[in-house]
Amino acid sequence: MNNFPLVPDQASTFAKQVDDIFLALTSLTVFFTVLVFTLILVLAIRYRRGSNVNRANPSDHNVLVEIAWTTPPLILGLIMFVWNVKPYAEAFNPPANAEEIFVIGKRWMWHLQHSANGIRENNELHVPMGRPFKLTIISQDVIHGFYVPDFRMKRDAMPGQYNTVWFQATKPGKHHLFCSEYCGTNHSEMGGWVYVMTPEDYNNWVKSGGTTADKASTPEQAGYDLFTQLACGNCHKDKDSMRAPSLHNLFGRHRSLQNGQTAIADDTYIRKAIRNPEETLLQGYNATMPSYKDSLDEQQIHDLIMYIKSLGNGSAVSLQKATEAATKPAGGANPSAAPASQPVGSATPAVPAVSAGQPAAAPGTAGGSATGTVGGKF
Amino acid sequence: MSVEAAHDAHGHHPVQYHQFEDMEQQNETYIVGMWSFLVTEIMFFGGLFLAYSIFRMNNQAIFTEAGHRYLEVDKGAFNTVVLLTSSLSMAMCVYYAQKADRVKQLLCLGFTLLCSFVFLGVKAMEWSKEFAEHHLPGANFAYVSDAHLSTAKAQIFFCLYFAMTGLHAIHVIVGILLMVVLGVLIAARRPGVKYYMPVEMFGLYWHFVDIVWIFLFPLFYLIPGKR
Amino acid sequence: MSAEAIPPGIVLERESASRPNYLNWSHSVKDWLLTTDHKRIAILYLVSITIMFGLGGIAAMAIRAELTSPHGHLMESDTYNKMFTMHGVVMIFFFLVPSIPATLGNFLLPLMLGARDLAFPRLNLLSWYLFTLGGVIALGAMICGGVDTGWTFYTPYSSIYSNSNVAVTLVGLFIAGFSSIVTGINFIATIHKMRAPGLTWTRLPLFIWAHYATSIIIVLGTPVVAVTLGLVLVERTLHIGIFDPAIGGDPILFQHMFWFYSHPAVYIMILPAMGVINEVLACFCRKRIFGYTFVCGSTLAIAVFGFMVWGHHMFVTGQSLYTGMIFSALSFIVAVPSAIKVFNWTATIYKGEVWFSAPMIYCLGFIGLFTIGGLTGLYCSSLSVDVHINMTYFVVAHFHYVMVGGATLGYLAGLHFWWPKMTGRMYPEGWAKVAAGLAFVGFNLTFFPQFILGYLGMPRRYHYYPAEFQIWHVLSTAGSSVLALGYAIPLVYFLWSLKYGEKAGPNPWGAAGLEWTVASPPTQFNFDELPVVTWEAYNYDVPHENAIVDHSKNVLPDAEGASHSAH
Ligand code: HEA
Ligand code: HEA
Ligand code: HEC
Ligand code: CUA
Ligand SMILES: [Cu+2]
Repeated sequence: MNNFPLVPDQASTFAKQVDDIFLALTSLTVFFTVLVFTLILVLAIRYRRGSNVNRANPSDHNVLVEIAWTTPPLILGLIMFVWNVKPYAEAFNPPANAEEIFVIGKRWMWHLQHSANGIRENNELHVPMGRPFKLTIISQDVIHGFYVPDFRMKRDAMPGQYNTVWFQATKPGKHHLFCSEYCGTNHSEMGGWVYVMTPEDYNNWVKSGGTTADKASTPEQAGYDLFTQLACGNCHKDKDSMRAPSLHNLFGRHRSLQNGQTAIADDTYIRKAIRNPEETLLQGYNATMPSYKDSLDEQQIHDLIMYIKSLGNGSAVSLQKATEAATKPAGGANPSAAPASQPVGSATPAVPAVSAGQPAAAPGTAGGSATGTVGGKF
Repeated sequence: MSVEAAHDAHGHHPVQYHQFEDMEQQNETYIVGMWSFLVTEIMFFGGLFLAYSIFRMNNQAIFTEAGHRYLEVDKGAFNTVVLLTSSLSMAMCVYYAQKADRVKQLLCLGFTLLCSFVFLGVKAMEWSKEFAEHHLPGANFAYVSDAHLSTAKAQIFFCLYFAMTGLHAIHVIVGILLMVVLGVLIAARRPGVKYYMPVEMFGLYWHFVDIVWIFLFPLFYLIPGKR
Repeated sequence: MSAEAIPPGIVLERESASRPNYLNWSHSVKDWLLTTDHKRIAILYLVSITIMFGLGGIAAMAIRAELTSPHGHLMESDTYNKMFTMHGVVMIFFFLVPSIPATLGNFLLPLMLGARDLAFPRLNLLSWYLFTLGGVIALGAMICGGVDTGWTFYTPYSSIYSNSNVAVTLVGLFIAGFSSIVTGINFIATIHKMRAPGLTWTRLPLFIWAHYATSIIIVLGTPVVAVTLGLVLVERTLHIGIFDPAIGGDPILFQHMFWFYSHPAVYIMILPAMGVINEVLACFCRKRIFGYTFVCGSTLAIAVFGFMVWGHHMFVTGQSLYTGMIFSALSFIVAVPSAIKVFNWTATIYKGEVWFSAPMIYCLGFIGLFTIGGLTGLYCSSLSVDVHINMTYFVVAHFHYVMVGGATLGYLAGLHFWWPKMTGRMYPEGWAKVAAGLAFVGFNLTFFPQFILGYLGMPRRYHYYPAEFQIWHVLSTAGSSVLALGYAIPLVYFLWSLKYGEKAGPNPWGAAGLEWTVASPPTQFNFDELPVVTWEAYNYDVPHENAIVDHSKNVLPDAEGASHSAH
């Protein structure tokens, strides 16, 4: 890093791609700017009033010329557009083996939790280089923006909606973490650092319990504790019952709702099911589930979601190979507090048969398209 | 008006303004202006219609339930008929204005005015019922759902309901004020309204108000949803 | 010089000392505040928006001063936030949106069309009152207590969390929005129906076309933002609403509705400036604008396509991949009509007879800076690059290049160009050139470093920032003081010229166009007889009355001499 940088560090797999496009755009800009400036100046000086030049037969229109200078910008523009799609789309599709990090933005701090080992951090994020990480981002209050310039990565933290993005760091070091979306008084101080470490350093860091000694539990464990404590299990048994559906293998499955819509059980869906159960009312069930909107904060809801996820992935049945191939390196850290998961068919007649064979990404929000269902295709 | 007086050298029509060459130009200009204004009005409601469509798309059930269970179709339908009738009488008013038949013009205008009061009256009945049932969004909002649907979304429904019918009602009230002014001027034989243009312009406005309701009524009271 | 040179059909109104003009036929305050004369209303607007520009500029200088140090000592974070909000709100809603249409447009539309006034003079006055009322309310709220939401008013911050005077400001903006709408309607009706005989659509000056397109955008877009801000107001005051996620509402819906207006709004700001450029360029090249039909068509294309790209402000909000792709592709397409304009302007200079007058210098500055600003807009519409630069100083630099380097320079070009017409006086040409040069240099020094800052990752709306960015911020602040000087000088010499400026004849630039056939300043009703137009726009092939024929030196004509030769 020199002392007079024009381009920030390239510290993720996206950085180079983005910088290449940036460079191409800059060449375009320089080309057209120089072209326009030179033409204007040269022509204006040459044809300044009083100068003795040939002004005979000035023309004031020429369709061919118009077409000639309209086409290149159009084509160049569309080329730039297409080139941009790939990296942008990539950021929507985390690789299957990406480890999840849960991010909550609140005024004015970032709260992060590693799903693999449960380590929690505030305004700091430690990651090893060379491994993909998926961020699931939500806000507790207003809109924030999770921005790491050196990664060329940014995603807004919206209230009430999970957004996801992923990255793979490539360069050890300390990188700025900013809040990019204006959020009030201390917006400019809402940030910190992302530490990219070598895998060994990272393992040591994890072993020593991270920076914060809060290694109480993994999210799954915390979720399991909550699940017991709130007695969700009173209704939600291992198998679908008359009272409530089973939550096993729920994640990623298609659900038919009473309002006639179908939904895919992703993070956003489950969050809604816990906070506003009336909005995800399943066909064949009564609206007996209470709303936990006021009693659970985003962290707790996330823990529950992680626990429910650990109960099996309904969409993964046909994708088992892919998931197996992508075993988490840190998988051992998951103590699997939950009962072992087993695929459940449509046990109760009340529940319409749900086929688990459709891992298509959810349309709509990023939260939907990215979660869990990935075969790593792009 | 001093401006007109200053420029009234060549025997203008008495209600012609100084910036126009002749009455024809003035009338055409007024019509273009009025239509542009109506376009802004459409966009004004358009923003709300957009919001409505998005929420409706995502919350079919609650919108259908709230609409069918708590809005009274017969009152809405009655109001639709009232407004349509008023549009008819307004059209006749314009017709008689062109014919320069002052008395019939006033009668039609009076009937239109009557209709608009009836409309507002019925609207007020509906609203007071909603108030009584705590359907006014806010701290006291309460909603009883047959199918245990989301109270929050019901509140959104009523937000949109009050915003859109409220904005419409404001337009009706403005219409009433204009009608009164217009009626008084016509009755007093003021030269400004002797010509049919002001009446015609108001007619356009009134038809617009009517058309908005034609959209509001099915959107809130009628559309069946998948259940 | 003889009168035959003038296109046939015009009855030239001779300037004569005895004939009262629109400025001096009466002097009472009442006659000014209750005037329905489009020219006086234009002057009222001119005064209002100059004050607004000054206030916005002061806020800008406060921002720049604070940012010289990474830990800014001059103000609290809250104050800083209120500063840039006030800067953005004032500059956008109370300066740039009304700038050219409400002053130059108001003044010139009837003159260029050969009409005695706009279609609805009283509505025109109403629009100024609405503007002033809205301005006073919004400014009052921003000065007494302040607003800290940013000019974009994103929910739920604006609707629930902010505890500043958001509601009152919104009321102000709501009212000011109607002034915009009224102006738009007025222009549309005027352009449609009040053209002089013979002035067909294809003979209209491009300035008129630009205002026509602008008015269409205003009429279609402004009501939407009005209703959106209205909904925020309801949500804020009654605590109910459809943008609040806590009760099932949708904050992203707000962004869609806001940008549905506010993207087209950027074209409300740039199109009139482009219109000015056409007039100035044609005059000082003594040539018809190259490719009239294409320039005109591109104006309309911008107005239409401008409504389809709003989502490019929301690439990182979690809007779906495909939505993002559509908006990005359309943004690249909307750049093409702008390219057409830039190239046609360049071609206009070819074989022209270029006179480097002050308006022309502003105009050339506009073309160059708009090109840079526009091209950097393409970085922003590039999906993956925008993920990085969104909400950074790169965007800040982009929009200042188009809005300050582009629209504001265009406004100044027009102001200088038509100043003799509006006031009957010339400004000091030498000073004007100095000011134009200072503005150009100061501008680049202020905002070019911000591109670099932005790409380095400096987020916008940041009161405190990491120390490594400081050098660029200091450069930028240094530039802004040069820029401020470049703006302050015109303010001084314009005022000076009102009293001491040389008298300008009806047509000091020898320009084509109906507005130059009437006296400077024009009389109260513009034309004594209705002009009949038999020529195309920009007919510089025939020499024009009072045209400066002294090719050897670029000096102003002796005003006395000019008006003598007219007789
Ligand atoms: C006058 C105002 C104005 C104008 C004219 C423009 C013009 C354009 N703007 Fe800009 N813009 C703003 C004002 C303006 N903008 C503002 C205020 C914001 C920030 C709002 C906020 O968040 O506060 C913004 C933000 C903004 C964004 C969002 C960035 C972000 O927040 O992440 C984007 C994204 O696409 C964008 C794109 C464009 C494009 C493609 C154009 C195009 O119209 C430009 C077209 C012009 C050219 C391209 C130059 C001429 C062409 C040539 C010389 C030929 C060569 C051309 C090609 C090769 C194609 N703008
Ligand atoms: C028309 C629009 C316009 C104009 C002209 C300007 C002009 C300037 N702007 Fe601004 N700017 C915006 C629109 C504009 N801006 C917007 C929309 C934002 C985003 C706000 C947000 O984030 O919400 C912004 C944000 C913005 C920022 C980013 C703040 C942040 O994100 O933290 C900065 C920082 O440098 C800045 C600087 C400047 C400077 C130095 C000028 C200079 O050009 C100003 C120079 C002018 C003067 C110094 C005035 C000259 C003085 C006189 C003429 C005399 C005064 C007379 C009287 C009082 C009668 N602007
Ligand atoms: C009183 C019984 C009851 C309790 C307690 C209960 N639920 Fe439920 N839950 C239901 C019923 C009934 C449904 C199906 C109807 C619906 O979707 O609302 C359901 C649905 C769900 C779903 C959506 C399942 C699907 O198949 O789409 C999730 C997720 C869920 N509950 C999670 C929880 C969690 C987490 C808790 C504890 C914090 C909990 N529930 C407590 C009754 C209950
Ligand atoms: Cu959080 Cu800005
Ligand atoms: Cu835009």
